[in-house]
Amino acid sequence: MEHLSDARIKELELKANDIRKTIIEMLIAAGSGHTAGPLGMADIFTLLYFEALRHDPKNPEWPERDRLILSNGHICPVLYATMAHAGYFPVAECNTLRKFGTRLQGHPHREWLPCVETSSGPLGSGLSQAVGMALAERIDHGKQSNRFFYVLMGDGELDCGQIWEAAMLAGKEKLHNLIGIIDRNNIQIDGFTEDIMPLEPLKEKWESFGWHVQEIDGHNMQAIHDALNEAKAVFNKPSIIIAHTIPGKGVDFTERRFEWHGNIPGKGPANVVPKEKQAEEALAELRTLRGLIKSEHESC
Amino acid sequence: MNIVPLNPKLFDKDVEQAPIRQGFGDGLLEAGEQDSRVVALCADLTESTTIHIFKKRFPERYVQVGISEQSMASVASGMAAMGKIPFFSSYAMFSPGRNWEQIRTTICYNHVNAKVIGSHAGISVGPDGGTHQAIEDIAITRVIPRMVVIAPCDKIEAQKATLAAAKYDGPVYIRLAREGTPIVTTAETPFAIGKAEIFFAPKEDVPLQVGIIATGSLVHNAIMAAKELETAGIGAKVLNLPTIKPLDEEAVRSLAKECRAIVTVEEHQRKGGMGSAVAEFLAQTLPTKQEFIGVDDHFGQSGTPNELVEYYGMGTKAIVEAAKKVIAR
Repeated sequence: MEHLSDARIKELELKANDIRKTIIEMLIAAGSGHTAGPLGMADIFTLLYFEALRHDPKNPEWPERDRLILSNGHICPVLYATMAHAGYFPVAECNTLRKFGTRLQGHPHREWLPCVETSSGPLGSGLSQAVGMALAERIDHGKQSNRFFYVLMGDGELDCGQIWEAAMLAGKEKLHNLIGIIDRNNIQIDGFTEDIMPLEPLKEKWESFGWHVQEIDGHNMQAIHDALNEAKAVFNKPSIIIAHTIPGKGVDFTERRFEWHGNIPGKGPANVVPKEKQAEEALAELRTLRGLIKSEHESC
Repeated sequence: MNIVPLNPKLFDKDVEQAPIRQGFGDGLLEAGEQDSRVVALCADLTESTTIHIFKKRFPERYVQVGISEQSMASVASGMAAMGKIPFFSSYAMFSPGRNWEQIRTTICYNHVNAKVIGSHAGISVGPDGGTHQAIEDIAITRVIPRMVVIAPCDKIEAQKATLAAAKYDGPVYIRLAREGTPIVTTAETPFAIGKAEIFFAPKEDVPLQVGIIATGSLVHNAIMAAKELETAGIGAKVLNLPTIKPLDEEAVRSLAKECRAIVTVEEHQRKGGMGSAVAEFLAQTLPTKQEFIGVDDHFGQSGTPNELVEYYGMGTKAIVEAAKKVIAR
């Protein structure tokens, strides 16, 4: 399997770090929103938009493009930030997130921002939409189609019955060009997924629904890249990639804590970093790659 | 407004009857032949929603989703996003009943070109009982921005509505009701989305006193009531209002202006349905006395269609009484 060069991996990692910075900045500017999910998915979004997807940011309506459906719409800061960095719209526009009149609605809206493929927010419906797209593609191009339909889901939304309705249909129809990615970060609003509604054994669940299943480290660029390539090579069933991620990844005090699901720096739990210092500290961590490089404010 | 051509045997005792849903099945087949983008989905009710007619002709453009109405609405949304014109059918109780939020978000909010077909709407589903009698569907669909809501009065109108929905770019809900509904219209009766037509006007020597606005399966009852009123010397016009949203405001206003008293007739809850749509409009433009024929805040039960229509106050006699009452008010 084709490997990414070390230089390319470094490049993607730095890009993901830039995207994380934009996420924190836009959330602070917005004054509300979700932190943990977007930070946790920054690596996967980077790999998708800068490596895997067939798309053209200068021509968002390009008919031949792959389609990417974000099902758990609340993590849209990572979608917006990645799309901005990829060239769909100016990065500066990210600071309009959630404000009156913005194209960057609190949950994505296809009409406000035409380069997103669907409107999402109410959980559990993205997989069905991607299944519909893949079915339409099959009507037009048969089983030879080599266009791919990506759908990103949270693990919490796997509580929704509709996900499993769609999973059954995709398995029955053997939609080979459908690739689901689950953000397996183990948290949802009220706590840990296994306390709220246990999902395990998750791999076996998807397998029993007729899917090809892979489990990966969702922060390892090479692993994400390889998993997507393997998913594309599967020709007789849909593919799911269970991506184990760290919620809040990239900022020490937000990592692995469900309290950061729906909070932003400045409004999060104050027992590690005081609220008034959260924004500054989060950005400093990202700017300095967690202290690996000295920031412009420190003497060398 | 002139009376449009209608079934000449309309007033005969043995007027031909046919299920309204049959018109959808025939219309969808025709739409599918006219436009290759038309596709169909069904949630395990292929024959009873008559979508099997399309399936037989175009198996490759048909998707059986199983009993999963929520997913079906969103799958249709995805197909529409790829340029298809999906029609998805189930019983109205389940679609748009069970999957209302998916229809609102993934179809209407998303502004995609998908069509919701709710069969077995109304109380006249009959023996299946209250669980299967959708009498809230007009209310829940007409409040969604962008949604067009149509309740055809017979098989022929259902066929025309289906073809019109296929040509209309945007979300449409078509409500199909009733086993064996009398054929009111003919192939020549005009139909357009958003247009209402006068289906009955009294003889010139009978003074006009009331306007009856009817939709769907009860249009025939409304015409029979108007005929009875005419015999009693009370002039009643009947406006057939197949499109509940967008409302044909001009037709409603002109009827209200002419009659100064309105009776609305629908096989639906009185609250929130077509009568409410008419009242909302008239209250703001031409406040008019109105009586509502419909189910009065009850659930249905088992019985024959006619028993239930009579029991819940939607028979010809009830319409006549409502007309007299509103005139006297």
